[in-house]
Amino acid sequence: MDIQLSGISKQFGQFKALDSVGLNIQSGELLALLGPSGSGKTTLLRIIAGLENADIGSVYFDGVDMANTPLRERQIGFVFQHYALFKHMTLRENVSFGLRVKTRAFRRPAAAIRARADELLKLVQLGGLEDRYPHQLSGGQRQRVALARALAIDPKVLLLDEPFGALDAKVRKELRQWLRDLHQQTGVTTVFVTHDQEEALELADRVVIMQKGKIAQLGSVDQVYEQPASPLVFNFLGDSNIIAAQLQNGAVYVGDAEIGAYSPSANIAVLDEGAVDVYVRPSDLRIADAEQVGIEVVVNSIQRTGPIVRAEVSFAHSTFGQSHSTLRVELPHLHHDVPRFQIGATLRLRLMQFSVFAPQTITAVREQLSAPILIGRERERLAG
Amino acid sequence: MNSSQRINITKASSHSAISEGKLTRWLLSTVALSFLILFLLLPLFTVFAEALRNGWQTYGKALSDADGLAAIKLTVIASAIAVPLNLIFGVAAAWSIAKFEFRGKVLLSTLIDLPFSVSPVVTGLIFVLMFGASGWAAPLLNNTDIQILFALPGIVLVSIFVTFPFIARELIPLMQEQGSDEEQAALSLGANGWQTFWHVTLPNIRWGLLYGVLLCNARAMGEFGAVSVVSGHIRGETNTLPLHVEILYNEYNFAAAFAMASILACLALVTLAIKAVLEKTHGLKH
Repeated sequence: MDIQLSGISKQFGQFKALDSVGLNIQSGELLALLGPSGSGKTTLLRIIAGLENADIGSVYFDGVDMANTPLRERQIGFVFQHYALFKHMTLRENVSFGLRVKTRAFRRPAAAIRARADELLKLVQLGGLEDRYPHQLSGGQRQRVALARALAIDPKVLLLDEPFGALDAKVRKELRQWLRDLHQQTGVTTVFVTHDQEEALELADRVVIMQKGKIAQLGSVDQVYEQPASPLVFNFLGDSNIIAAQLQNGAVYVGDAEIGAYSPSANIAVLDEGAVDVYVRPSDLRIADAEQVGIEVVVNSIQRTGPIVRAEVSFAHSTFGQSHSTLRVELPHLHHDVPRFQIGATLRLRLMQFSVFAPQTITAVREQLSAPILIGRERERLAG
Repeated sequence: MNSSQRINITKASSHSAISEGKLTRWLLSTVALSFLILFLLLPLFTVFAEALRNGWQTYGKALSDADGLAAIKLTVIASAIAVPLNLIFGVAAAWSIAKFEFRGKVLLSTLIDLPFSVSPVVTGLIFVLMFGASGWAAPLLNNTDIQILFALPGIVLVSIFVTFPFIARELIPLMQEQGSDEEQAALSLGANGWQTFWHVTLPNIRWGLLYGVLLCNARAMGEFGAVSVVSGHIRGETNTLPLHVEILYNEYNFAAAFAMASILACLALVTLAIKAVLEKTHGLKH
């Protein structure tokens, strides 16, 4: 089933949670709503479900306006962040709940309901635990029960709110893979909310990046990662170095050194010549060959952390007027550039891939940078 | 000084405060225990001792006295009406306060506590002023045969007023703590409001609810002040158990008075026992 959202706005008191959001979700796709806390992603999910009503705007399921269809009639499978399993019911009773509460005319016989619940519990790899209670399970197992319970009603769409947020890193990885497989088996349109960019990129077909109640970018995983539409999206999807640069005759210069050609992507407004900011990921910096363009840097420090070698470098010529005078570089530990990163060495680095944006004021940059920092804290809290 | 040092010092000092003050500890527990014996156990013991002073036969006779039986019957009837009504009110109030946002929520939450802060005698007077011969509601009642004051309806009304915070106050923190995720999950699975309440909400609050009902019932049966004002003290007709105890006592019929009182005392003990069992088996914390 496809879902269309048009002009969705929602306000909580003075706080604008969603500001005229429009979105088309294609039938059968696996879509991630990604964004920092307070970006409106969970509110949007709850509005699709009918757990919240939009102040303005409409939700269409297969072209039908859902305004007058309450939650219980929307036939959606909703998986809550903290699972919301029925504490006093066994797993079988939990999973079969949606089948048992149907009106007599639509209810299957008790034996069939029981069989279906057991089958679903097997599907989520919890066969044999049918008579356990939720408090006897681990977090990952509870999450799978919540999924089985949501799948029991043959939902037209599966909505998951931070599905793996409260689990530890290893279980989270397992469940991601498992959800991916499950989605391939069932083909149900699935939308999930996450603040973890890795999770979004790994799982989803398409990613919606949200910022302050608006969609900052919508696209395939490759699109948002390789052609971020704004500094926020760039920052949000991974580490970044910001370099002040000049745009001249279609080429980008840092000081006197050219670093590459300027090729605006379809997402962004074309920039005028003059001052710009270059955004580059630490993992996209490599040593330039003699014939390649690049910038001269001096190695300040090197840190080896297993598979990745991290180096901090500063510009060899301090005349560039850089606000961020150091750059971070990341290399795979077996890369042939690694031996040349010696403290004090002068190297010429090329930018394998970078994005160019209009220069930001310092406060704007800080504001955007504050988002990933918050996420770091959120993750720590959840892991602890 | 860093924080870990500070913590160590606090720990050490609190530790020494406990281990060194043996005399203090002994004094404190003696005071607490004597207080308990003097003001709780001794009176309770006296009730039963006095009730049985003239033997079991007198005790049995006092309990089977026609007026006494009428008082028991009236008390049971009044509670049987007041408690279920407060059960409905308490669940509805707790539900709306814990799970919804609405205008006047703070007001409702404050008003629920009103009976706790109003003297029962004043409560009785309020109802006398409302339904008495020259009360506000008198014109409405004058043309009908409905008798509110000095009759069962008045007793039921004040009992409801006095006991309505008990169930709501028991449930509100419980329901707030549980949030409404489970209810939302039930609705998303296609359950209607009644199914959600019956299969999800009620099982989650059942022990708190039972405890609230017990407390509410104990208070409804034991209420003296408010009932005394509206009942009219008609023997065998509008005397509840506590009122009957007082009358017997004023007539120097001590054995009978204490016999009646022992029923109320038993009710209190049973309530406490059930409460203790509930707390132990279901981890209710209060």
